[in-house]
Amino acid sequence: MFEYAPAPESRSIVDIKPSYGLFVNGQWIDGEVRNKTVNPANEEVLAEVAWATESEVDGAVRAARAAYDDVWSKMPGRERAKYLFRIARIIQERARELAVLESLDNGKPIRESRDVDVPLVAAHFFYYAGWADKLGYAGFGPSPRPVGVAGQVIPWNFPLLMLAWKIAPALAAGNTVVLKPAETTPLTALVFAEICQEAELPPGVVNIVTGAGETGHALVSHAGVDKVAFTGSTDVGRAIARAVAGTRKKLTLELGGKAANIVFDDAPIDQAVEGIVNGIFFNQGHVCCAGSRLLIQESVYDEVLASLKRRMALLRVGDPLDKNTDIGAINSAAQLERIRTLSDIGASEGAARWSPPCELPDRGFWFAPTIFTGVTQAHRIAREEIFGPVLSVLTFRTPAEAVEKANNTPYGLSAGVWTDKGSRILWMADRLRAGVVWANTFNKFDPTSPFGGYKESGYGREGGRHGLEAYLDV
Amino acid sequence: MSRLAVRKTYKLFIGGKFPRSESGRSYLVQDANVALASRKDVRDAVLAARAAVKGWSGTTAYNRGQILYRAAEMLEGRRDQFVALGEPEAEVDAAIDRWVWYAGWSDKIAQVYGNANPVAGPYFNISSPEPTGVVGVVAPPESPLLGLVSVVAPAIVTGNTVVVLAAEGRPLAAVTLAEVLATSDLPGGVVNILTGKVAETAPWLAAHMDVNGLDLTGVHEAALATSLEEAAAENLKRVVRPAVGSVDWSADPGIGRMTAFLETKTVWHPKGV
Repeated sequence: MFEYAPAPESRSIVDIKPSYGLFVNGQWIDGEVRNKTVNPANEEVLAEVAWATESEVDGAVRAARAAYDDVWSKMPGRERAKYLFRIARIIQERARELAVLESLDNGKPIRESRDVDVPLVAAHFFYYAGWADKLGYAGFGPSPRPVGVAGQVIPWNFPLLMLAWKIAPALAAGNTVVLKPAETTPLTALVFAEICQEAELPPGVVNIVTGAGETGHALVSHAGVDKVAFTGSTDVGRAIARAVAGTRKKLTLELGGKAANIVFDDAPIDQAVEGIVNGIFFNQGHVCCAGSRLLIQESVYDEVLASLKRRMALLRVGDPLDKNTDIGAINSAAQLERIRTLSDIGASEGAARWSPPCELPDRGFWFAPTIFTGVTQAHRIAREEIFGPVLSVLTFRTPAEAVEKANNTPYGLSAGVWTDKGSRILWMADRLRAGVVWANTFNKFDPTSPFGGYKESGYGREGGRHGLEAYLDV
Repeated sequence: MSRLAVRKTYKLFIGGKFPRSESGRSYLVQDANVALASRKDVRDAVLAARAAVKGWSGTTAYNRGQILYRAAEMLEGRRDQFVALGEPEAEVDAAIDRWVWYAGWSDKIAQVYGNANPVAGPYFNISSPEPTGVVGVVAPPESPLLGLVSVVAPAIVTGNTVVVLAAEGRPLAAVTLAEVLATSDLPGGVVNILTGKVAETAPWLAAHMDVNGLDLTGVHEAALATSLEEAAAENLKRVVRPAVGSVDWSADPGIGRMTAFLETKTVWHPKGV
């Protein structure tokens, strides 16, 4: 392996304040309870952040309601559009700052935050900006109405991208929002609040309340919230579905996954291996649609596995701000513990564990890219979402068996198919019970393309024309 | 001496057959002893509905439309029977027309609700709707035929199969609709109809882990609706909540009842040479 000189991105463009309050009604207010957010790559404390209490959440919801009633719902769509276009432009202008901050707070490689996350964030605002004055053409009737105040809770794996997925369609449709970022990754959402100020967005249209589970619970169960959108674990999604039962709140859930990535014997092996690596090691595997179950046709098993191991040995794990880094830090100590626990269970249940030789930094939260072979469908590592750089490898003989195994999960978020044969791709795509099917590619996202799950991966779609439906009274 | 009429035994409709309740129970309603479905009947009906999913969802949209239209033909033929059960003539006619309306949607919903997505890259990217699977339906009690048709047809026209809990106080229209469906070309198990006490059977349906969607339109008791929705959360069923106020079943239903039990599948494929 080549020795690369370090190529760190400068963090001087980011000015992290020692302490952040809550963003309510266009202003910063001091929160009472404080939490520290750390850089998972070295455990350095980045900033103190408020944990919003129930009454503070209440204040944010009231601000959103007032902004909805007085300003935002009355504003012509073309004016709303212009605000969203402004936000998109400012995101592009401050792209470097946002990318560095995202990598600092989340641990993801700068290569990904710079080339994937932030460009997609801007693209989402651009895309939905254009819908704001065209809602009558979206296919949900001639004059669709906004829902009202949206309470939105997002995860830590793509902090800014998930914010964009939630806020852009909500505002385009005419709703106002209260958003709670994850407790371990609040910083880019707080910069987004500054961007809203810079764009002169009317006060109260976007409110950001930081905090943990209790803050989220206060938000989704607040009587003044008309629409709840959640991305996160299936267990929390279930709890939210129970919490909104019997109310009139509209609900969309984007939950876990255990995607099958299926490689047929006629697939271009090198490309498939790139797709496998991208499918499970992108963003340290902290991806709900990650291709965490690799299904290889038996006849090419040895070849694919050898190629995969060779490729994995070239992955560079380390400083997220280094431009050469492929795999950054695990987001938190708690998540690292979960990945370790499930991996140990995989080994104790009889699967064979392999990682390339790789030196991990002394400080911070790290986990080497790992594959398990000899995995059966009964193994916990084949059934439970690990949410880390851990791949379970299974085999199959016939297309029917591949479909059977791929669908043998309560989840249904995504799937991958690798084969040279077009008719087989379409046959497979028809049969896979998943919201997104990537054929001869993986982990592709676009604002125009709906994303969301079948079965226990949740309901509703984000992105595209379908993503508007969640924020319209249809 | 005048002729003694042959009376009908009103039974359940499961898997295309007309069994009595396995519990042997019945209840007196509309001057008839109607089958009182049990937990086991709910499970049998879900099993039948699940078994029918693969065939029904795999049927071409054209064929599904043909079959639904055929059911409308049968419904028209039995028009007088529904009137004799006390259904207002206007409602029977509206129910027939509603069924025809939905029949025509089978091969259009994918065109209206799906689309190609112009992604920023060299990819073919298309989103199309697919059925959710097995849907549990509580039929609206206030409109035993038109309401029933209005909740069943949109769920099945898109390829789902259903287990329906008929209106408790006026179940005979539902049993008669079962006879209509049994004599149409609808495969057994696509529609299963249970009569009985909704408060008793609905919780089993809402909690059943092999049911994918739940339509609570016919539940007018708020506490029951809430508990059913809570039970549905366990496997994240897609839920249609009870309507606010009374529903005008004669109004244009829109596509919302169809899309409520549709998933969207998006397929990506690279373009290149």
